[in-house]
Amino acid sequence: MYSDKVMEHFTNPRNVGEIPDADGIGEVGNARCGDIMKMWIKVENNIITDIKFKTFGCGAAIATSSMITELAIGKTVEEAEKITNRDVAEALEGLPPVKMHCSNLAAEALGAAIADYRKRTASTA
Amino acid sequence: MEAALRPGTILVSIMHANNEVGTIQPISEIGALVRARGVRFHTDAVQTAGALDLNVDALNVDLLSISAHKFYGPKGVGALYVRKGVRLHPLIHGGGQEKRRRAGTENVAGIVGLAKAFELAQEEREAESARLQKLRDRLIEGLLQIPHTRVNGSLERRLPNNVSVCFEFIEGESLLLNLDLRGIAASSGSACTSGSLDPSHVLLAMGLSHEIAHGSLRLTLGRENTEADVDFVLQEIPGIVERLRAMSPLYQG
Repeated sequence: MYSDKVMEHFTNPRNVGEIPDADGIGEVGNARCGDIMKMWIKVENNIITDIKFKTFGCGAAIATSSMITELAIGKTVEEAEKITNRDVAEALEGLPPVKMHCSNLAAEALGAAIADYRKRTASTA
Repeated sequence: MEAALRPGTILVSIMHANNEVGTIQPISEIGALVRARGVRFHTDAVQTAGALDLNVDALNVDLLSISAHKFYGPKGVGALYVRKGVRLHPLIHGGGQEKRRRAGTENVAGIVGLAKAFELAQEEREAESARLQKLRDRLIEGLLQIPHTRVNGSLERRLPNNVSVCFEFIEGESLLLNLDLRGIAASSGSACTSGSLDPSHVLLAMGLSHEIAHGSLRLTLGRENTEADVDFVLQEIPGIVERLRAMSPLYQG
């Protein structure tokens, strides 16, 4: 049902964990749907230098979380913000149609972490 | 049950045992109550054929259905017991086959296959049920050693081959994928809903939250399973659950 790439990220997810002194934290999804993603980012000079995630969800939810951390790390905040769920799905060599909607939340989770980062920097500026 | 019967009720149908959580219903008692009111009583014994005694008089049923594939018979054939005196409208109109209840040429090979399989299942039933029950209890006991784990359904009135548990803080599909990678075939709800993203409607109806129902696992045992299979499953599952919990935002380990 899943591509080899999805299974590879599912079995060896990158960047699992939390960042205690994160600059931004985002959480999306809900238990009703069966997928909850939480993302922590560290930003230095407008560049995402570290990113970690924790995900409650299916194989697709875990693989997309893992993949977006690889896509986002080293990018500027603006570049990272432009990553879409479609980009994540493509980098994973596709997702089953039924999973495109519910479990493909990684871009929203990263977006929420970036929004949190912006809010924090705005209030300290 | 009594409160659910209305003046116009003509038929009550209750499954003998639930396919997801394995709970055996008090069919005999329900049958006595229902039939005393002159209402026909049907039970779906698909899960219990081959596991429990299907004496239709002891069960107090007018109608009972079974399906061959559940007792190692051919797929695509079932049987309906109809008590003498119960008149049924034909399911398929046309020819007079199957006592005018189901028109069309009979599936003779399927019918014979079902009958033979049922005969064999009856011969082995008591010994096999006792054997599976032992394996089942060891599995349940072993899985309950994992913290934040609960058994779904009754421990006492339970199908001998059914294990259904929920592991909190994790989601069923990621658990199943991990089990599949290790060669363990399991399901998170019933096979009928494997294409659905919703948690089991049975577990939700039993009052579990969506969050917990998403972490369900059903293991069913059959004649090919051994003690060694149970050992292997109990050796693999705790580590998988722990790993998934370590990446779950819901778990504060």
